[in-house]
This record gives sequence, structure tokens and C-alpha cells, in this order.
Amino acid sequence: MAELLFWPALLCYGEAAVGYLGDVRRPGLAGRAATWGVRVGWLAQTALLAVQAARDHGFPWGTWASSLALFVWLVVSAYLIWGCRRPYRLLGLAVMPLAAVLLVVARIGGGTGAASVSRYSSAFLVLHVGLVLAAFAGFTLAAALSALYVWEEGRLKTRPATILSRQMPALATLDALALRTVAWSLPLLTLGIAVGLVRLIGRDARFDALIAATVATWLVWAAYLALRVAAGWAGRRAAYLALAGFALVVLVRLALPATHFA
Amino acid sequence: MRLVLVGTSHHHAPVELRERVALKREQAQALAARLAEVAAEAAVLSTCNRTELYLAAEDAEAAESAAVGALAELEPEVESALYRLNDRAAAHHLFRVAAGLDSLVPGEGEILGQVRLAHELGTTGPLLDRAFRQALHVGRKVRAETAVGESPSSVSAAAAALAEQVFGGLEGRSILLLGAGKVSEQAARNLRSRGAEIALVADSRTGRDEIAGRLAEVDVVIASTNAPDVVLDAPVVAEALRGRRGRQLLLVDLAVPRDLDPAIRGLDGCYLYDIDDLEGIVSETLAGRRREAQRAEGFVAVEAEKFHEWHASLDVVPAIASLRARAEEIRTAELQKADSLLGRLDDSQRRAVEAVTAQIVNKLLHLPTVRMKQAAAAADGVLYAEAVRHLFGLGEDER
Repeated sequence: MAELLFWPALLCYGEAAVGYLGDVRRPGLAGRAATWGVRVGWLAQTALLAVQAARDHGFPWGTWASSLALFVWLVVSAYLIWGCRRPYRLLGLAVMPLAAVLLVVARIGGGTGAASVSRYSSAFLVLHVGLVLAAFAGFTLAAALSALYVWEEGRLKTRPATILSRQMPALATLDALALRTVAWSLPLLTLGIAVGLVRLIGRDARFDALIAATVATWLVWAAYLALRVAAGWAGRRAAYLALAGFALVVLVRLALPATHFA
Repeated sequence: MRLVLVGTSHHHAPVELRERVALKREQAQALAARLAEVAAEAAVLSTCNRTELYLAAEDAEAAESAAVGALAELEPEVESALYRLNDRAAAHHLFRVAAGLDSLVPGEGEILGQVRLAHELGTTGPLLDRAFRQALHVGRKVRAETAVGESPSSVSAAAAALAEQVFGGLEGRSILLLGAGKVSEQAARNLRSRGAEIALVADSRTGRDEIAGRLAEVDVVIASTNAPDVVLDAPVVAEALRGRRGRQLLLVDLAVPRDLDPAIRGLDGCYLYDIDDLEGIVSETLAGRRREAQRAEGFVAVEAEKFHEWHASLDVVPAIASLRARAEEIRTAELQKADSLLGRLDDSQRRAVEAVTAQIVNKLLHLPTVRMKQAAAAADGVLYAEAVRHLFGLGEDER
């Protein structure tokens, strides 16, 4: 069953990624088809996660690969909030190829099929993994908004005659949305890390590289929030900082996972 | 009933001629009422680019000559610049007009309201009501499903659109006007209509320090002075940007020679557009509008065809209604004749007999009804209607 649901989800995400690329060249049908790809793919992946949860009687995302699949679902869910609106379609160009690639990585790691056996209690996993992944999904979206900001700002600077040919969100809107997304995500990460640390201290476990990178990620995003709110950072500088924060999210999600789940 | 259109527009008449046949609201209403005495229905569409009279009448020639006469009364010279269209072509033209495809700037939005007003002020009946309602529907559809009306069509509108691209909603945003040329006034009016406020209109008496001070506060600067040299140089803007804490600044230079130092472009957090940039944008967006207009023509053609089918079906509708009434009459009479036999049936059996006989009548009449409507669309409707009346003896009882 999981097999039957994985492929439609991947195909739809892939179609969406290609569709958004087509939308850049010629706005219209390709963009609409891509948005439907996101919707249908999200439904298929939601069903896949439900099947996994039902099969494993609880929270089946205790492995690195399965949590990556959940992360993809969270990112696409967050994107769907804005992605259906026409001015934000271009966000899909950043989000959907990433979602498709990460879903493939999750599958290669066995996160979308076979039952996962967790060494942790369900309550701990729901709180820790759920909170951290939700925060990372938010950061991913904020980074996509920031990438779109940098791209659009560059276009405004170079003044092409086609600058108004495409319906795009305003720079100020992108900037404000990125800030709002981070303001929601950082408390989630803070709570997720706190739950993890409580567990770590209780079990007298080792402080590994993944935890260190996650704390570094928290620091960057906390700095982002502080600089924006207290020091009045905005615009391109803030967008670059968000992209740096996202680089750490990628590092935590992809480069260092084995040390934590081993 | 025929649909007749007589009119002139910017394609056929220069402004000196158009302005003499342009009608105010009350005049348009009065003319429509007067023409409706000759034709059955009349509506007058009068804008700065066109004056068009739409009439619905049994006698198309009489209606057309009344319309020509009415316009010639206003200006005799206009007669040579008039176009005259009937039925499908007239509806197709009205739909193009409502969609903005016949406008000077393709897709301009004002025309849709003017078509609505012409309908409201007209003396309309079934034919013009249908034509104008469908025209308004086409106009809305074209604007919703194509980008023909989305992009700015003038330098001032492009400046306002750029400000929206940077700031989103312009409510509460402030503008600094350097000089007050006609184009910059239009741009400022465009921005104000979107909620922005003018913080300062600076002229030759305004001190440079005051301008520099305001730069730190405002969101948009529009420059259009007659000064021979640069009015605002890059170091002044750079200093102002330092106090803005990352808030963007849009500078629009509409002056020739330019008022704003081109080196401003290199500064972070601000965007400088000059007249060439804006004209390039307008040229591109107009090209985009024309591309979208090609798509919109498809929608218009489909709707014109639907209107034609509906209009043509009017020729056969009375014959179809008579045929169905006659069939129902026969069915009811035959059931009454058989009443002595049917009286033995209980209620449910009686209902079944009613349903079966009604179904037989409907099935028998379905194909002739469809064929008559098809014939009407192909211009044979009147012949078919006559044939049906003859074959089934429709209307003979009344004679």
C-alpha cells in the first residue's frame, strides 16, 4: 500500500517542480498544473504517512529517513498555505524540487516503506521530532521566501523591461512573511531542543555533532530574529542571513543525521 | 428581431469628429428613448473613443437609417466615418468592445463600466438585455482568465505599479515630489489613488537640506524638474539610506535632463528608474497585452457564437412551443377518451400511464426540437418553423 502511495506523491512533486520551471518561461497553464501537482502529491503523501502510522501503531518516524519524509510533508504543507496563491507560485521553484529530491533520499534511506522500529517512547518522539521538524519546515519556507526576495530584488536593481510582466509578491511582503515565518518557527525549535535536552540529561546520553549543529542552527535563527526586531535589519542582509540559517538546516537534516539515530 | 449597430470610433474618426458626436449621460439616455420609438429597443454607448447606437428591431433597414439620421443630426460629416453591423457581427463587435479588445490600449478597464452604463441607460428589451449582459460577462471573463488588463499602460501607471512591486499595498506610504511636471503629477495621482500620501512637493525654493531630511522618511521619490543639472546626487541619498534601517526607497526620475544621479543605482536598499526604463516597461507590457488579446479573441468568438445560436433560436422557439402544446393537448385528450378504461386503475397505475404517455411525447419531439434549433443556427430556422406549422397544422385552429 505504502508503495502505491509513494510513487504518485513523488510523481506529483516532480511534475510540480517541472511545472514551476515552465511557469517562469511562460506564466499560466504550467503554473496551474504545478499547483495541482502539489495538492495531489500532498494528498498522496498524507495518505502514505497515515498508512505508515496505522501500520506501526503510532509514530513511525523515529529513523532518520522516515523523519525526512515527514519533514518533506511539513515543508509542502507550509508551502500549500501560500503556494496556491498566484503571486507566490514562484516559491514552488525553490520548494518543490527540494521536496522531490528529499523524498527520493528518504526512500533510499528506507523512510517511506518498511516499518521503522523506534528506541524512543512515542510521546518523546512526537514532541521532540515533531517540534524540531515543524520548525525546520518553517525555516525552509522562510529561506525560500528569502531566496525569492534576493532574486526579485536583483531584478528590480537591473531594471529589465519585463519587470512587471509577471505577477510577483511585493518585496516588502516577502520580507515580512519571512520574518513572521521565523517568528513562529523559532519557538517550536526552542521547545523541540528543550525536550531533547531534558531527555539527554535524564538518560545521561552523549552530546553528539547533530545536537551541536542543531544548537548552532538555533543560534543563527535567534540572531536573525533579534537583528530584525531589535536592530531593524531588513531587506537583502536579512535574506542572506536566512539563507545561511537554511544551510545549517540542510546540514542538520542531511549531513549529520546518522550520529543521532545510530 | 434583428440586432443593428451603427457607430464610429477612434479607428474610423479623428478626435475632432468624435467629440462632436460624443454624448453626455442624459443625452445618451434621451437618444436611446427616442430611437426606441422607431426600433423596439435601443442603447447608446458613448465614450471619448466611440459613439455607438445599438438597436433591436423587426425592420433592420429602418432602424439603421434612424440611427444614421440621429448621428448625422449631431454632425453631418460623421456619416462617412460610420460603420454598420448586423446580428452576429454586431454582437461580436459589442463583445470585443466590452473585453477592451477594440480600445486604444488593449484591455483597458474603463470600457466595461461604460458598457454597463449604456445598458442601464438604454431602453432595452429581451434582445439588447441578452446582448449587453453577455457582453459584460465576456468582459469580466476575459479580464479574469487572461492578463490583457493587468499591466500598466502609461509611464505614470508603470511608476505606481513599480511602487506596488516594492512595497505591496501603498496605504500610508509617503511620496516626495521634486518638481511638478504633468507626468509626475499623473504618477503622484496614481500613487495617491492607491493610498499613498504626498509628504512634500519640492520646487526651486525648497532647500537641499530639507529634501535630504525628507529622504530618510519617504518611500517614493518622483523627480520631474526643469533643472539643467542633477538635483539629487548619490552621496545625499547614501546618507539618507543609512537612517532608513533597511527600508526600501523607490526613486523615479521622469525628467530630461535627469534630476537624479545615475550613481544612486549602485546603492543598496534603493531602486532608481528613469524615463527610458519606464518607457521600456510600458512598451513591454503593451506587447504583453497584445499577446493576451489574441487569447481573449478566442473567448469573444465563442461567446459571439453562443449569442448567435440563441438569437437564431428565437425564430423557431414559437413553433417549438406550439408543437409541444399541440402534442400535450392530444395526449390529454386521448387520456380523457380512455377514461372509462383508466377509471379501473388505481392511483399508482394511473400515474404510470401518465408518465409513459408523457415520455412517449417527449421522445418523439426531442429530435425535431434539436433539429429545428440547429437549422435556426444555420439560417434555415424560419423555413423549418413554417414546415412544422404546416405539417402539424399549428395555428390553424385560430384562423
